[in-house]
Amino acid sequence: MNTLARVRDVLRRDRTFNHTIVEENSFLQGSHSVHHNTLDTSHGPVLYLENVSVSFDGFQALNKLSLYIDDGELRCIIGPNGAGKTTMMDVITGKTRPDTGLVYFGQTMDLTQMAEHDIATAGIGRKFQKPTIFPEHSVWENLELAMKTDKGVWHTLFTVLNAEQKARIEEVMLIIGLQKHCYARANLLSHGQKQWLEIGMLLMQDPRVLLVDEPVAGMTHQEMDRTAELLTSLAGKHSVVVVEHDMDFVRSIANQVTVLHEGSVLAEGTMDEVQHNQKVIEVYLGE
Amino acid sequence: MIINRFFPQFMHQDTGGKWLLSLLALVTIIVIVLNFLIPLLLPELSVLHMSNYMVTLLGKYLCLALLAIALDLVWGYCGILSLGHAAFFALGGYAMGMYLMRQIGDRGVYGNPELPDFMVFLNWHELPWYWSGFESFAFTALMILLVPGLLAYVFGWMTFRSRVTGVYLSIMTQALTYALMLAFFRNEMGLGGNNGLTDFKDILGFSLQSDGTRIIIFTLSAIALATGYIASRFIVESKLGKIVVAIRDAELRTRFIGYKVEDFKLWIFVFSAMLAGVAGALYVPQVGIINPGEFSPLNSIELAIWVAIGGRGTLFGAVIGALLVNYAKTYFTGALPEFWLFALGTLFIVSTLYLPKGIVGLFEGFQNKLKEKTA
Ligand SMILES: Nc1ncnc2c1ncn2[C@@H]1O[C@H](COP(=O)(O)OP(=O)(O)O)[C@@H](O)[C@H]1O
Ligand SMILES: [Mg+2]
Repeated sequence: MNTLARVRDVLRRDRTFNHTIVEENSFLQGSHSVHHNTLDTSHGPVLYLENVSVSFDGFQALNKLSLYIDDGELRCIIGPNGAGKTTMMDVITGKTRPDTGLVYFGQTMDLTQMAEHDIATAGIGRKFQKPTIFPEHSVWENLELAMKTDKGVWHTLFTVLNAEQKARIEEVMLIIGLQKHCYARANLLSHGQKQWLEIGMLLMQDPRVLLVDEPVAGMTHQEMDRTAELLTSLAGKHSVVVVEHDMDFVRSIANQVTVLHEGSVLAEGTMDEVQHNQKVIEVYLGE
Repeated sequence: MIINRFFPQFMHQDTGGKWLLSLLALVTIIVIVLNFLIPLLLPELSVLHMSNYMVTLLGKYLCLALLAIALDLVWGYCGILSLGHAAFFALGGYAMGMYLMRQIGDRGVYGNPELPDFMVFLNWHELPWYWSGFESFAFTALMILLVPGLLAYVFGWMTFRSRVTGVYLSIMTQALTYALMLAFFRNEMGLGGNNGLTDFKDILGFSLQSDGTRIIIFTLSAIALATGYIASRFIVESKLGKIVVAIRDAELRTRFIGYKVEDFKLWIFVFSAMLAGVAGALYVPQVGIINPGEFSPLNSIELAIWVAIGGRGTLFGAVIGALLVNYAKTYFTGALPEFWLFALGTLFIVSTLYLPKGIVGLFEGFQNKLKEKTA
């Protein structure tokens, strides 16, 4: 402990992470797990990315990216194509493992060590860039499958929906406005409706953090407005991270914007600050 | 509908399944009446007696239909094209074969009370350890489920966990069944080498040659098919079944809403292997032999063709495909033996080109057209 305290004294930093403190007796209790399954956000941020680098065949998709998302925050991430926005979400959800860097959910959960399904059940939900739903299932079934409940094999073999769960599905159905298509096969929906269905599936999971990749692509202006409304209403109870290209949309929802460029953060601030940032104008907004 | 009373809740929408099971019950009753009740009560009407050949042939078809259901579960519903499913069938068959060998006792050619003929012939002096227990029917029944199930578990655990999918997985399943075939061909395996296990006499003390035993085994095959069908329908209608289809259609999405995809694949794969094992075990006493040829990669491919022709992902489509193709096979191998493989190939190509949903799809399309016209 003494050595550790000394090291921490030398390497002073403005944030202290519990995960950097080794529990004294954790060496003795060998079975003590590295990541605990309860989310601890006592220090503010719910998501930590620190110096995360990912390269594909020598191409640096993420380059020492550091990003902190606060509990209950709504954050917009913008950046040109290929900036690494989707890759960042891949890293958070366990689809891509970073070459270096730390990715933590709360203080204690090391996401780089967790399987995708564990990350999902721990409370990180994700909407893909290309709407990904279950095409052969009805809208209702899509929502049912996403619902937060025991997701073990044996449980799913015998489970039946109870009244409370049905009410929850109906509630979400109403929010995403698909009640008329309740029993329609999902691949018969329009592109915009599929986007909504996927957002609905996210809601069913009741995650702590929602990662939403380009939610309004293929939507009409009306649909966009409703999406904006929905996402802002979610913030507070959930943290919402939105990747979007549509500047009007971003302006309508975000108070905090992060600009990614070539795999790292170029600028961070309010939309106005970011828009007047010289570097940002050069690489993105000005083009 | 009044017919729904005879079926559990989860089958009420399954028109094809209700038809199928009703027909199956009818055929079984006819066989029992013609070959058991009439000879017993009205022997003068014995012209109606069905030949033993017919009964056995029908029984064989039922077992193959059960095998087709097993493949449809993993392929049609979960998208895992296993081209090694006949291996699980053969393992179930070998387990039953070992029991039947032990039943021969000292009535073999060499009259050895302990050792099957082929072991005496090989100059073996004692039964290998893995033959112990097979004198008991209960133990054998357990092994019929356990051996295919365990192999499926080990194979599935390794491949699904390392996320092998698609063609690669199909090739690995082919390799699996091929490797087993080579192993079972070896005399050192102690399972009869290339001759396999044969010359069975009794099952549970009843002669396999007697009419009564044949009818009972036929009836058991029908019951196994019906039970397998109903269990499979229960599974695919459950939430687990929906998840399995979800994995087939969008594996990543399934993972990212919190399902451990490997577990689901493994579960359905093991269940399917056990079903195939039961089918094999009922098949063997009816054909009277099990040999390594059952592991032949071609068998598994043929099985996939039955399911493709019948229609994937419907369960009853698999049954229809298995029955039709095997009937055609019986006909062709009798009439034009060298022609069969060509016929099968042609059937497969025609069905993939023109009937992507198989014969069942044809009916569904027809039904929809009717509905349009009446609407
Ligand atoms: N699996 C992959 N293999 C190789 N290159 C990839 C892979 N995924 C992403 N990339 C590359 O990484 C860069 C960042 O991609 P991405 O994160 O999708 O950008 P964005 O979402 O910001 O448009 C792109 O140049 C892309 O071509
Ligand atoms: Mg992207």
